[in-house]
Amino acid sequence: MVAQRSAAGPAPGAFMDEVIAATPGGASHLELCVQCGTCGGSCPSGPDMEHTPRHLFAMIRAGMKEEVLRSNTPWYCVSCYYCMVRCPQEIHITDIMYTLKRMAIKEGLYRESSAADAPDFSETFIDFVNNYGRSFELGLATRYHLRHHPLTAVRKAGMGLGMVRKGRMDLTPKRINGIEQLQAILAKARELGAEDGAISQGGRQ
Amino acid sequence: MSAKYGYYPGCSLERNAIAYHQSAVAVAPVLDIEFVELDDWNCCGATEYIAIDVLPAYALVARNLAIASRQKLSGGNQNQVVAPCSACFLNLSKVDKYMSDAPRLAANVNTALAAGGLSYKPGSVRVRHLLDIVVNDVGYDAIAAKVQKPLYGLRIAPYYGCLIVRPGFQGAFDDPEYPMSLDRLMGTLGTTVVDFPVKAHCCGGHMTQISEQVALELIRQLLQNAAEYEADAIVTLCPMCQLNLDGYQEAVNRHYGTKYHIPILYFTQLMGLAFGLPAATLGFGKEFVDAAAALNKIGVQPPPKPKKERAGKEALPMPEMAAGGLSHES
Ligand code: SF4
Ligand code: SF4
Repeated sequence: MVAQRSAAGPAPGAFMDEVIAATPGGASHLELCVQCGTCGGSCPSGPDMEHTPRHLFAMIRAGMKEEVLRSNTPWYCVSCYYCMVRCPQEIHITDIMYTLKRMAIKEGLYRESSAADAPDFSETFIDFVNNYGRSFELGLATRYHLRHHPLTAVRKAGMGLGMVRKGRMDLTPKRINGIEQLQAILAKARELGAEDGAISQGGRQ
Repeated sequence: MSAKYGYYPGCSLERNAIAYHQSAVAVAPVLDIEFVELDDWNCCGATEYIAIDVLPAYALVARNLAIASRQKLSGGNQNQVVAPCSACFLNLSKVDKYMSDAPRLAANVNTALAAGGLSYKPGSVRVRHLLDIVVNDVGYDAIAAKVQKPLYGLRIAPYYGCLIVRPGFQGAFDDPEYPMSLDRLMGTLGTTVVDFPVKAHCCGGHMTQISEQVALELIRQLLQNAAEYEADAIVTLCPMCQLNLDGYQEAVNRHYGTKYHIPILYFTQLMGLAFGLPAATLGFGKEFVDAAAALNKIGVQPPPKPKKERAGKEALPMPEMAAGGLSHES
């Protein structure tokens, strides 16, 4: 169970509880980490991460919230689930990385990490999904790269152009028929999420 | 009577991975299976939605599950949905599994779905990857019986990537670290399957957009491995893997001074060739790294290249303008 703590300052372990509560989908087992290092050793992004998943989980346990949310580690996670199938404690590592991304955005700390552009890529992506019900690669590529990589945007656009020539990219986004239905569903989900504290819904149980 | 399945193509198969869609649709009747596309499906959110907002990310996916659960397939595999894209496959099966495991999540998602007049009972849809139904429902023997032109002499590196085998939210159909089903399938088609130790390694996913440096190295390792084993082609089952290895192969060559030329094909394209279907119906020609040499090796004429578009009356509106600027890029 997640301990309900009173407001007398963050108790040790409070941050870990917060992370666990914000990771839906059944028990995340984060509290069971035995620091074996299997995750970091399996991780394709390991060499580029500021902290291995193991290290990050030790920091979570120690309540180092700011340092954790400033780390580039969650943003360099490519969601390959290698760690998750190997972790002896069956910790939902990939989901915890997603939770840390959301927390870092909420606290505004990702801007100080070396992966500061990553959230904007995700946000641009979901913008198209919210408005059309489908993703839109051309719009995503142009909007995101022009904003963040103006120097290489032309080269990226070159690939986009190749995609269009090959018939592999649409010029206009497709909109689903039930876009209003989808938007009503998403709005309700956002509302429920906010009631539950913006990032922590679903929780345990 | 053919076996029917719900079909969730996902955004990639509509365009970027159109070759995958075309070849899947082309081989289905040969395998006696029928795809019934989910009505008005929406994007699964890829790996992006959940990085921003969690409950809407689950609700987004759940709308598709809700649609699938009420789709009626006469005489079909009721409530079985095929997803050819590994990321879609993962998201759909994950949301079903997590809703089953966490009643509070399921209740919240259903409250959200109700705002759109939908509901979803966890556990009611079984999500299958296309490779899974091909090798397990159709089966290797039935496939072997349909092979008319064995692809003898073609050296294939079978590439699984991550999400088809990991973590197996509704139960894995193959080993998470050293899968073999695609190897066996390729062998059934007559190809020479090369050893490919990195077959379940990551293609870099969305890192091409966030840190090219990280992504290019992951892609390089895969290409290098296939090159060492003299593969004529890498065969894949995921649009993201195909795009990263194909679309960024030139960038890898530029970055590392390498000369890889390894076409990246979908397993369904090779099935089609082995079944004797015309290459033109299988989406060949969409790949950036030309597959002509590999195809010639098995006596297949690649379909003629589309004529180069010239700026002018047939010009594509917006990108052709961009093209004007492109020739001057540094
Ligand atoms: S593999 Fe699991 S138990 Fe081992 S360090 Fe990583 S998270 Fe902890
Ligand atoms: S899921 Fe993320 S943290 Fe785990 S091994 Fe893959 S990239 Fe590393």
